Order: sequence, then C-alpha cells, then structure tokens
Amino acid sequence: MELTGAEIAIRCLQEEGVEYLFGYPGGAVLHIYDALFQQEQVKHILVRHEQAAIHAADGYARSSDKVGVALVTSGPGITNAVTGIATAYMDSIPMVVISGQVPSYAIGEDAFQEVDAVGITRPCVKHNFLIKDVKDIAPTIKKAFYLAKSGRPGPVLVDIPKDISNQRTEFIYPENVSIRAYNPVGKGDSTQIKRAAQLLLGAKRPMIYAGGGVVLSGAAEQLTGLVRLLGFPITNTLMGLGGFPATDKQFVGMLGMHGTYEANMAMQHCDVLVAIGARFDDRVIGNVEHFAQVPRKIIHIDIDPSSIAKRVKVDVPIVGELKPVLDELLAVLRASKQQPDAADLAAWWKQIKEWNVAGGGLRYKNSTEIIKPQYVIETLYKITHGDAFVTSDVGQHQMWAAQYYKFDQPRRWINSGGLGTMGFGLPAAMGVQLKHPEATVACVTGEGSIQMNIQELSTCKQFHLPIKVLSLNNRYLGMVRQWQQFFHGDRYSESYMDALPDFVKLAEAYGHVGMRIEQPSDVEPALKEAFARKKELVFMDFQTDPKENVFPMVPGGKGLSEVVLSEDL
Amino acid sequence: MRHIISVLIENEAGALSRVAGLFSARNYNIESLTVAPTEDATLSRMTIVTRGSDAVIEQITKQLNKLIDVAAVMDLSEGEHLERELMLVKVRAEGAARDELKRMADIFRGRILDVSANTYTIELTGTRVKLDSFLQSIARDLILETVRTGASGIGRGERILKL
Ligand SMILES: Cc1cc2nc3c(=O)[nH]c(=O)nc-3n(C[C@H](O)[C@H](O)[C@H](O)COP(=O)(O)OP(=O)(O)OC[C@H]3O[C@@H](n4cnc5c(N)ncnc54)[C@H](O)[C@@H]3O)c2cc1C
Ligand SMILES: Cc1ncc(C[n+]2csc(CCOP(=O)(O)OP(=O)(O)O)c2C)c(N)n1
Ligand SMILES: [Mg+2]
Repeated sequence: MELTGAEIAIRCLQEEGVEYLFGYPGGAVLHIYDALFQQEQVKHILVRHEQAAIHAADGYARSSDKVGVALVTSGPGITNAVTGIATAYMDSIPMVVISGQVPSYAIGEDAFQEVDAVGITRPCVKHNFLIKDVKDIAPTIKKAFYLAKSGRPGPVLVDIPKDISNQRTEFIYPENVSIRAYNPVGKGDSTQIKRAAQLLLGAKRPMIYAGGGVVLSGAAEQLTGLVRLLGFPITNTLMGLGGFPATDKQFVGMLGMHGTYEANMAMQHCDVLVAIGARFDDRVIGNVEHFAQVPRKIIHIDIDPSSIAKRVKVDVPIVGELKPVLDELLAVLRASKQQPDAADLAAWWKQIKEWNVAGGGLRYKNSTEIIKPQYVIETLYKITHGDAFVTSDVGQHQMWAAQYYKFDQPRRWINSGGLGTMGFGLPAAMGVQLKHPEATVACVTGEGSIQMNIQELSTCKQFHLPIKVLSLNNRYLGMVRQWQQFFHGDRYSESYMDALPDFVKLAEAYGHVGMRIEQPSDVEPALKEAFARKKELVFMDFQTDPKENVFPMVPGGKGLSEVVLSEDL
Repeated sequence: MRHIISVLIENEAGALSRVAGLFSARNYNIESLTVAPTEDATLSRMTIVTRGSDAVIEQITKQLNKLIDVAAVMDLSEGEHLERELMLVKVRAEGAARDELKRMADIFRGRILDVSANTYTIELTGTRVKLDSFLQSIARDLILETVRTGASGIGRGERILKL
C-alpha cells in the first residue's frame, strides 16, 4: 500500500521502537502531525519551546541506552532547536531530530519560515540530510538511527520538505543499512592492547582516568572489573560520574577545574595514565604545557581517533569500542603472570592519601544561620539513598551536585558538560521521568538557569511528571560572580539577579507545589516532605548563601597542581 | 609545513560544504581546494593544500575521516607524489614585449590559447613553484589576469587512493 511521506516517517519511528517523540507543531510539519494523530504507538510530548524538546529527548537518551527523538517545524522551530542539538553533539548523545522544511519547490526563495536547516546545524550534528524524494524517507531515517547510535554517538538531523511529506510511495523499511564511507571500529588492535597491559603492569604510579565514553558505551562493568583487578586509583570526569561507583575506596573523586586535590595531583604526578573514553578537555587537564612538564606514559582508549592525540601526546593509542577493548585488556591482564609491584602501589596510595589530607578532601563550613548549597546536596543524597536520577543546569549548583552526590551507577547523573547549556536541567528531567516513570528524578538548578526553560513546568503538569526541582537560589549568576570575585576585582558586572519572581507562586500558578526554604534546619524536613509527594512536582526554592564559592578550583589556564583549595587558604 | 591531502568523498549535494565548513570551524588553513567527480560518478576526488604542524595535520586527516561522506583520505606529502596546477594568464602583449612573452611561454612549456591585437592568453601547467616563477619572470604591469585551479595531486606508482 502506498503511504504519504508523513505516514512513512511515523511508521519508521514505530519500526525503531520509539516510545516518545518530543516536539512542537508548525506549518511545515502539519502532515507529519496529522499522521501522528492517527496512530497510538508513538506518544507525542508537547513541550513549550523547541529547545526543551531536544533537551527532553536528550535526557531520555542519557538515562537509557536509546536514541532520543524530536520533531520541530521549519524556520524558528529548527533555530530554537539548535542550542539543544549542539548540547547533545558536544556530549555525544544519540539523537534523531526531524524538522519540517518549506516545500521543495520553494527552497531558496526566502519562503515563509525558511532557513537552511542543514547548513545551520552542520557544525553541531554528526550528520544531516535534506530529503529530496519521498522514496528516500524510509532509508534515510534508518540511516539516521544507525548513525546516531553507532560509533561515537551524536545527533542526526533529517529535514523533510512539506510537499514531500504529502507525496505517496510504497513503504518498505530496510532491514539493514550500510553506508560505504562509514565503518566505525569495534575491537581494538591486539598488539596495542598487549602493550597497554605491559605498561600497566610495570607502572609505579598508575592512574585511571575515565570519562563519558564509559557511560555512553555501557562499559561500566568492564571498567569496574579492570580497576578492581589492578587495585589502581581511578578518577572520573564530570561526564563519567557513575561509570565507576563513587563510594568505592579506589575512587579519588572527580578531576579537573573543580575536581579533588588528590585526583588532580595524581593525574599530574602519575607515571602511567590510562584514559578511557575521555577526551583531555581543557576543563580537565587545564594548561596543556603545564600538564606535559611531567613525563608519563599515556594509554588512550577511544572510539574516535580524533579524540586521541588532540591535546596531549599519546604513547599507546587504542581505537575501538570500550566494551570489547576492556574485555580483551582484562583477559590479557588475567593471563599474565606478572602483577603490579605491591610495594610501589602501596607507596603511591600513601601519597594519594596524603594529598587527600593536604587538600582537605571536599569540605565546606556548614552553618546554622544560612543554607549552604553543599548541605542541600548532601541531604538530597541522604534522603534519596543515592538512588535518584539527578539532572542539573549549569553553574555553581552543577558543580556542587557533581561533587556531593555520590553516583554509584551510570546514567544517573545527567548534565550538559561540553556546551554547558543553562536551561538544560528541567526539560532533561522530563525525558528522564518519562523513561523511568517510577524513579525518583531530581533537578538541581539555580535561579538563573531555571528561568531559561521555566515554561516547561506547564509540560510537566500536562504529562504528570513528578519531578523534584531543587533550585539553589543564591540571587546570583553564581558561577559568573565567582569568576568576577577571583579574576575581575570584585566587579560584579550584571551577575546579580534582580527582580526575581516569587518561585512558590510561580510553581503554584503552573499547578504544582512550591516551597521556599530559608533555614538550614528546614532543609531536611522540606526535602523529606517533597520526596514523599510521589505524584506531584515540587519546586523547592532554597535561599542559599550568595557568597559561597566552588572549591577546589584550578583557575582557567593554570596547571592541575596550581589549585585554589578554599577561601581561607 | 605544506601538505597536500587527497580525499575521496561521496558526490552528494553539500559534501563540499562539509569539508569547507570543517576547515573554517576548526581554524585550519586552506591554501587551495580542487574537486571534481572521478571515473566512478558517485565519488568526487578532492585535493586540499594546507599548512600546519604535524599535530594539526594529524587532526585534519582524522577530522576529514570522521565526516560521514568521506570515504578515504591520503596525505600525499607523506610519500612520493605528483602535483600539477593549471594556470591561465592574460598578458598585455604589445611591441617588443610580444616576442618576449612568446619566448617566456615557450621556456615554461606554456601554450598561447588566445591572441588579440594587444593580449595573449597563456596556458601553463606545473607545480605551484613553476607557476609562481613564471609570474615572477614577466613584468608585473604586463599581467592583466591570472586564473589558477589550485593543485591536483596523485601518488606515484602503486600509491593509489581508491575504494
Ligand atoms: C561549569 C562547568 C564546569 C566544568 N568543570 C569540570 C571539571 O571540573 N571536571 C570535569 O571533568 N569536567 C568539567 N566540565 C565538563 C567539561 O567541559 C567536559 O564536558 C568534560 O570534562 C568532558 O568529559 P569527557 O572527557 O569524559 O568526554 P565526553 O565529552 O563525555 O566524551 C566522551 C569520549 O568518549 C568517547 N566514546 C564515546 N563512545 C565510545 C565508545 N562506545 N567506545 C569508546 N569511546 C567512546 C568519545 O569519542 C569521546 O572522546 C565542566 C563543565 C561546566 C559546564
Ligand atoms: C545559555 C547560557 N548562557 C550563559 C552561560 C554562562 N553561565 C555559566 S554559569 C552561569 C550562571 C548560572 O547561574 P545560576 O543558574 O543561578 O547558577 P549558580 O551558578 O548561581 O549556581 C552563566 C550565566 C551559560 N552557561 N549558558
Ligand atoms: Mg544562582
């Protein structure tokens, strides 16, 4: 039977097992919305802004191993979506975005709501397509899903002109795809894996540095096996949190700009470093020249060759999927008669413990007068037994959430690391809650960030999403204020958030429960009450210390050991 | 260092803009870029001349390979290769200069494609260096127009870039 292009697009989503489609209608996608209306399998979530559709699809993908899917109209629909797409791209999140385009005969004529969607998104997608023939819709969507989730994942855009979504053709969903110029690697090179094993076994001061790739590839189990077998210290990047249990004694905390002193010192002073699905970001190793001053052997495992040797020289590059590479590495290590030198390793651990003491670990001075943001996160951890999905926005609150909530499982910590997109937290939490209807989902945000997508409280009402929003309201764009305090002579240029709304009333206006928490002694009772309201969204407006700063901090451009530990040092 | 990189890419709308966009987005330098379909019409062959440190060139080849439409990449400068560029030069050819220009064209194995009362249009192929030196060998004020294709490159002997 012949179907319209629109019907075909929806049938493809059904074939891919898509549960939720996050979107917003408009002229160029009317046929697709019509096709959507006439079926029940794919459920549509109507957001209030296209950026939120993409973040919600993104949160859905990050909290599962599935591809997030979104649908937007042409022109302003797709331009609104760009921030979301770039966010997903920077963090390698598998996603398919379908956008409507003006009719193919009108392309190039500055038609109503025309933008060059393929051109505008080109630098922030893994790949994109403009459909030119109705027969191409099914094979292209098949390719889009394959590209999004294979190799290094990423967002893929399919732009469908309106007239094509209304033309008819036979629907055949291809069983297989092959893209001749695209052949992502699987296994790693065995010789390199053997060399890596040799280096690891001979190390005196080894360090394991694991990133978002572990979470993306589902290799947490393999990683944990490797770390336990070797007995080495391990650190995670912001994106890697949960890839190794944070409560494990071998975990030395997150590294980087706001990482622990011991993690950063161990990175700087180790003699063998193995990087696993991590990309030596500038927020992670700071100044590259400073990092390179200390000689060390580096093993780097990543599926994307361009991640390897991009910012630092690598001695043993291993290109491949983490799971098979780590399995093979584990097998080689287990078969080896050699063992890491116990005395060397003990001395190294002793050194790391000393750094932990010298750096003071993660600490803050709690108060009975004013709510400390770190205390809110610690209490959140306690109340949720470390078992919640935590999404966050961007700023100081994000760093405190990363530092003080100890993630023992992958895909529980959901934040925008690469692009650092304020406004990510709430819509991402919607995607997470839809994927995990029974789970506890907390969104840690700031009064600045939440206002970038606060309209989504309306979506949450419509779809009964009982998210718990923890707004650490310091009345400042706190992360900006912190930099201005440290590097711009206390000149707080435009970082004070004046004229804030009454968030309690605002939450109530959207039909939710609002709470304002002003006293430290109220933090725990309030959180308990909020999390007991299993069916309701609760917006908690915590009035936190406006002067609190995030420590430790490696100032931008400095080396990993040039860290500021706290205000009073 | 100057590098000459060959790329086999799907002959599809937008493929060229993906390559050009990559170079500008990542702040890589393009000295010249030529592209045309190959004997297999579904593929285009591109020659890119660029400059950069070894680390930058390594990233360029990796980033090119990462493009979904790119089927194969070869850094020709890593081995024996040939490089040719085509140039058309229109010169003011009057009086004594007319003979002189004809002579120069012969020396450089150029061909005069078009003759008018006051001009010659000369065709030259060769390496960039050869074309540059031709231009340097004639008086600057005689040159009316130059059009250059940018380099095309190919490996020597069994160095073959094919799918
Ligand atoms: C305010 C703010 C502060 C920040 N401070 C810090 C900080 O202190 N510390 C910190 O760590 N980060 C910090 N970040 C985040 C930082 O900007 C980067 O996003 C982050 O460090 C990158 O993490 P990653 O190296 O794990 O790489 P990711 O971006 O997660 O990349 C994953 C890597 O894994 C590879 N990969 C993917 N799939 C596979 C697979 N199947 N097999 C093998 N490899 C695979 C990819 O190719 C890629 O190289 C901060 C961000 C913000 C917004
Ligand atoms: C869309 C966007 N605009 C600007 C920034 C720059 N920025 C980073 S953190 C920050 C402040 C965030 O303020 P808030 O949400 O209140 O969090 P806080 O730092 O106070 O915890 C800003 C403006 C950004 N990351 N994203
Ligand atoms: Mg704030």
